[in-house]
Amino acid sequence: MFSMDLLLGAVVLGVLLGCFYAAVSVGLSVSFGLLDVPHVAHPAFLVLASYGVYQLNESYDIDPLLAGLAITPLFFLFGLLAYRVYYETFERRGSDAGVRGIAFFFGIAFIIEVLIILQFGVDQRSVSATYIGKSWRFGEFRIPIRQLVAFAVALALTVLLAVYLSKTFMGRAIRAVAQDEEALRLMGANPVRIKQFAFGIATAVLGIAGALLIIVAPVEPTLDRAYIGRTFCVVVMAGLGSISGTLIAAIILGVAESIVLTLFGASWAPAISFAMLLGVLAVRPQGLLGR
Amino acid sequence: MTKHRNSIVFWAGAAVFLIAVLSMTQIVRNEYPFFAGYVILQFIALAVAWSILGGYAGYVNFGTNAFFGVGVYTAVALFKATGAPLVVQIAAAAVVGMTLGFGVGLLTLRMRGIFFSIATIALAIIIETFVMNWRFVGGAAGIQIQRPPVMAPFDSYVKMLFFVQALLVVIAVSIARYIQNSRIGRGLQALRDDELAAECTGVPTLKLKLVACMISGALISAAGAPAAMYLQYADPSSAFNLSYSVSALAMALIGGTAHWIGPVLGAILLGSTQQLLAVTISSEVNVLVLGIMLVLFVVGAPKGIIGLLRPRYRLRAGGKP
Repeated sequence: MFSMDLLLGAVVLGVLLGCFYAAVSVGLSVSFGLLDVPHVAHPAFLVLASYGVYQLNESYDIDPLLAGLAITPLFFLFGLLAYRVYYETFERRGSDAGVRGIAFFFGIAFIIEVLIILQFGVDQRSVSATYIGKSWRFGEFRIPIRQLVAFAVALALTVLLAVYLSKTFMGRAIRAVAQDEEALRLMGANPVRIKQFAFGIATAVLGIAGALLIIVAPVEPTLDRAYIGRTFCVVVMAGLGSISGTLIAAIILGVAESIVLTLFGASWAPAISFAMLLGVLAVRPQGLLGR
Repeated sequence: MTKHRNSIVFWAGAAVFLIAVLSMTQIVRNEYPFFAGYVILQFIALAVAWSILGGYAGYVNFGTNAFFGVGVYTAVALFKATGAPLVVQIAAAAVVGMTLGFGVGLLTLRMRGIFFSIATIALAIIIETFVMNWRFVGGAAGIQIQRPPVMAPFDSYVKMLFFVQALLVVIAVSIARYIQNSRIGRGLQALRDDELAAECTGVPTLKLKLVACMISGALISAAGAPAAMYLQYADPSSAFNLSYSVSALAMALIGGTAHWIGPVLGAILLGSTQQLLAVTISSEVNVLVLGIMLVLFVVGAPKGIIGLLRPRYRLRAGGKP
């Protein structure tokens, strides 16, 4: 039953899966990791993006990746709005923001979930494209092309965001606001506007990530619950706000999930990310590359 | 003096409530009111139990479903193995819930804010996965339960469960009330407002949080224990459904957590609205209403219904003039 080939196959698929996890988590790495917003609704936004892509693909036959790109500006605006509401109601007033902020995003996540159910029903939905359904053979094992496409786009997205945050003026401003908001204020910059913009970017990235989510596998309205574990596991394991850490942590999670899936079967898979998250929180809460 | 009188009023109220429930089960013939009422009572117990940790201490527990499911499956496993009566099932569920609360507390209560909340979701999923792979209680497919014969003076099992849940509500409320008025409650409130300051002034924060987590966990598991008998069926994805977490949290926060009456009001209001909506429209719409109400209250009325009704709680609970 157990063989080196099988294990190797699991590791390869795990690395592909891991890069995909990095793409769905980088947004959270910015919004939660850098901006300290308790964004529990991040996976719900992600699933919402997937349904947007599904709708465009279904009615206009647009390629899912292009559809993802098309909804990106919309999600950027959505992110600006979400942060503005969060800031006005919680951050600015300060007191007790913790409990209520978390409850706020939890409520938003549930509202999105139900709205999707009311609009699309509880059935699984998938997209069609030329690269979905085929696979490449390498001797014993096969790699679905949809996984390769998702891997390539995810890797590009994550690297682009990392470069954006470390090289451009706005990206550096976002990291500066995470380090010392007060100093920025003293320099005459407006930290709230920078944070709002950063939250917009974090949400815009979900347009592409949502496309990848529905390319990799069919989606259903309650899929966000599983991704709460995966995204937070990746972001916490990475060390809050570290984009390169996000990639490493996501690959570790992907490989772990893939190996458990191969050795023990699918029924244990949902617990992996949550167990790793708990482990990291208990043993090394600052993550791999903590700030 | 007034405290003493308050006590008498409270216990008299509790007794009147239980007597009313008991006589209702004897007089009303139709089973449906009990069927619907059971759910509302269950939500009251959950919301009150949740607010012991979530409200007094300010630790947002997303893992209500973990404790609820553990209660359900403790009862199921015990019933299947030994055929133990309902009272034993509930007591066992409370003990297991308390133990779980202790474990959860040790593992997670050093985490702050969002980390604690995410950790509680994680625990729920992990426990659910274990139950899914536990053949003895039916695994992922679930398990059918044959109810034992009903005991006197009740003429139907649902009516008995209704009374039992009412009893659990009284127990939960009296414990919450005791905590609120005791050193524990004041300590929890102190650490909610500023944990570091509380620790520095000698409040044993970790010990208090552990106690709160254990009591909250025991009450949630106990409230969940009769659910298998009520549904005559149990399966992991409904016993560990995240909607228990969002309901308990929403009802407590909407009612207001500064006083034990808040979660009770919130649960009655939302629970009955839900029952009405589920019958007349659909169960999706009632989750939507719950979510929207939660967001509206969190944004617009941070102290919940009791904050709207009695502005002085705003002063007392907030601690700021």
